[in-house]
Amino acid sequence: MLYREAGQFKSTYAEDMQIFPIRQDRIGVILLLAVAFLVVPFVATQYWFSALLIPFLVLSLATLGLNILTGYAGQISLGTAAFMAVGAFMAYNAELRIPGMPLLGSFIIGGLCAAAVGVVFGLPSLRIKGFYLAVATLACQFFVLWAINRVGWFTNYSSSGVISAQKMVILGYTFDTPASKYVLTLSIVVVLALLAKNLMRSETGRAFMAVRDMDVAAEVIGIPMMKTKLLAFAISSFYCGVAGALYAYCYLGTVEPEAFVLDLSFRVLFMVIIGGVGSIMGSFVGAAFITLLPIFLNLATEVIANTFDIEISHAVVSNAELMIFGGLIIFFLIVEPNGLARLWQIAKEKLRLWPFPH
Amino acid sequence: MKRTTLALASVALLAAGYTGTASAQAKEQFVPANGYWVGPYAPGGSGIFGGFLDYLKMINARDGGVNGVKFTWEKCETEYNNARGVECYERSKKKGPTGATMIHPLSTGITYSLIEKGTADKIPIVSIGYGRTSAADGRVFPYVFPLITTYWSQATAMIKFIASKEGGTAKLKGKKIVLVYHDSAYGKEPHAVLQKMAEQYGYELTLLAVPHPGNEQQSQWLQIRQIKPNWVILWGWGVMNPTAIKAAAKIGFPRNKMIGVWWSGAEEDVIPAGSAAKGYMAAGFNISGANFPVIQDIKKNVYAKGEGEMEDQSRIGSIFYNRGVVFAIVTVEAVRKAQEKYGKGQSMTGEQVRWGLENLDISEAYLKKLGATGFMQPLKVSCLDHEGGGQVKFQQWDGTKWNVITDWITADKALVRPMIEEDAAKYAKEKGITPRDCSKES
Repeated sequence: MLYREAGQFKSTYAEDMQIFPIRQDRIGVILLLAVAFLVVPFVATQYWFSALLIPFLVLSLATLGLNILTGYAGQISLGTAAFMAVGAFMAYNAELRIPGMPLLGSFIIGGLCAAAVGVVFGLPSLRIKGFYLAVATLACQFFVLWAINRVGWFTNYSSSGVISAQKMVILGYTFDTPASKYVLTLSIVVVLALLAKNLMRSETGRAFMAVRDMDVAAEVIGIPMMKTKLLAFAISSFYCGVAGALYAYCYLGTVEPEAFVLDLSFRVLFMVIIGGVGSIMGSFVGAAFITLLPIFLNLATEVIANTFDIEISHAVVSNAELMIFGGLIIFFLIVEPNGLARLWQIAKEKLRLWPFPH
Repeated sequence: MKRTTLALASVALLAAGYTGTASAQAKEQFVPANGYWVGPYAPGGSGIFGGFLDYLKMINARDGGVNGVKFTWEKCETEYNNARGVECYERSKKKGPTGATMIHPLSTGITYSLIEKGTADKIPIVSIGYGRTSAADGRVFPYVFPLITTYWSQATAMIKFIASKEGGTAKLKGKKIVLVYHDSAYGKEPHAVLQKMAEQYGYELTLLAVPHPGNEQQSQWLQIRQIKPNWVILWGWGVMNPTAIKAAAKIGFPRNKMIGVWWSGAEEDVIPAGSAAKGYMAAGFNISGANFPVIQDIKKNVYAKGEGEMEDQSRIGSIFYNRGVVFAIVTVEAVRKAQEKYGKGQSMTGEQVRWGLENLDISEAYLKKLGATGFMQPLKVSCLDHEGGGQVKFQQWDGTKWNVITDWITADKALVRPMIEEDAAKYAKEKGITPRDCSKES
């Protein structure tokens, strides 16, 4: 009833091609953004900003980056954390070494450097596919961390290899409160997510998907393989690089190279798989699932233990959380192998027919 | 998506709201216990926070808290992971009547992530025996306290100890020393100071990194066999330590030429290595043993009532457990000191406890009163010096227990302090911080 597109006539091509063709979707997205921008900054607590919302947004962006590469262009990568590290450390260096560098400029430089590294490590994708490519990108993961650890220039010769983000100032406004950092992160993520959504509806996006579905066929119909694959690596790494810069600047404030270990690459890959391969929205759902669920489980067990006044050993609780988390991942993968985004899609289909399914 | 996030959000909101109001009562002092009870570093985390909480329980039970203010706490699992550590910090900082008293992050990485947050929120970040060494310059880092002793101090004490074994610093010339370190911010802390001393004393230093978590060290020890060093310094953590000791035994490197840092010198580090660990030495800023009056008091007031933290009571008196007790003594005494200035019997805020920490003075006589003579070193903190102690003892594993083999060895402060000030000044410049004038502090 509510969710039905009957009566929404499109009389121009522009209307037919807009990002969200259904009016209810448009209203929903606008409402969501309005709440995120206008309500959340005023009602959420510091805990919400610093511990839940900012990491969720940053990792969503990284997941989105990987989703462009893996979900849309079909190239598996295990180098996500390395690209994030490049973004974080190069943004830091840009801000440090170029006098008067605007902050957003540093983020973009971080992203571009990550894109360059991505292109270099994407070269093997022209010859190898699947698991073999994953192993090649694994090399990137180890090489980048090794380089950052060994070459003092990246960390400004810090004795412990830790960098500490500079003050964030844009047009004279200092982003130092958690709420302002949240708004900055949100703005960047929203802009990049809309760009990604648009990109996937363009010729480039369709070329990505053609390569994913069958690269030989794509080549036969005239899609340049090298350009498409490397572009996918570049765009994906750019997103990851910006996410890395945000991770350092807006989230932790201080990072060591160890923040970007292989473990993070895997986590982002899991976010893609759980959220939905080849779905922009899935990136957000997946990131929410992996980052917020463990914290939620932790809080929930605390509440349960307090309400029922049970003495459970903390170690048991901590281990149980990991088990429940693992169990839920398997459960969702069995119920819906195509990710949580697919569940929403099915729900939408059902809503269209409701209340008279045929 | 909207519905699921909404549902998740509302449930999470309920949970967050619930925990926010959990313990809002007066005359309480809330201390977060953000540590780790799972994962590869669990032996350290559970031991230290076991001792920490047991001491607080003992103070509550025996003395009724500090001037009637009882300690409360809440555990939060950080998994030794920076992101989770920040989450725990944010969760715990506003709890209790006056917010978090101080944070013991128990991880160098988490400490780094919290330096700015703690300073902004006016919550002291206390990193006893870990963290950022240059934070010992209290003029630049008012809210960070790398108390008792730092990695750089320890590195100089180790070289002093090696020199004493070799027969004087002059004999160090031409000797080969290898540092086997955990490849992280923690493992890289001593590089600068060891290199500087290598220039000064003329020993050859080789740095060998072991990737996290450190259960694979074959190639590093093969290299050591080729180098044939006179001494190996082990800068490890968790599972890396027994692995290194076993690897040393495999290539036949004498264990009594191997010195561990204080995070490589607990029972949990040597027992898994079995007989290979016999003769291995390690630094420590606290002593093992359950015969100290303070530990006996814990047994009497806490364990006799069955309220102790440790399920395995044989770990009471172990290195990690006793280290947790040291952490707790510092915590309690800082609160006591703060109460002297800001009102006895009141809950102290983080800002007030900061003053308490900065004016902390635990003398030898006071240690005796606490029942901790020889258990830890006397401590005198000032605005200028946020370290306070700077001494370590060396101990040797005899196959069943740790034996102390030296008295307190003092760090080479003349070497370390200028480096601390230089690094702190660099940080202040990067961040645009104007260092405090310590003569104006009261």
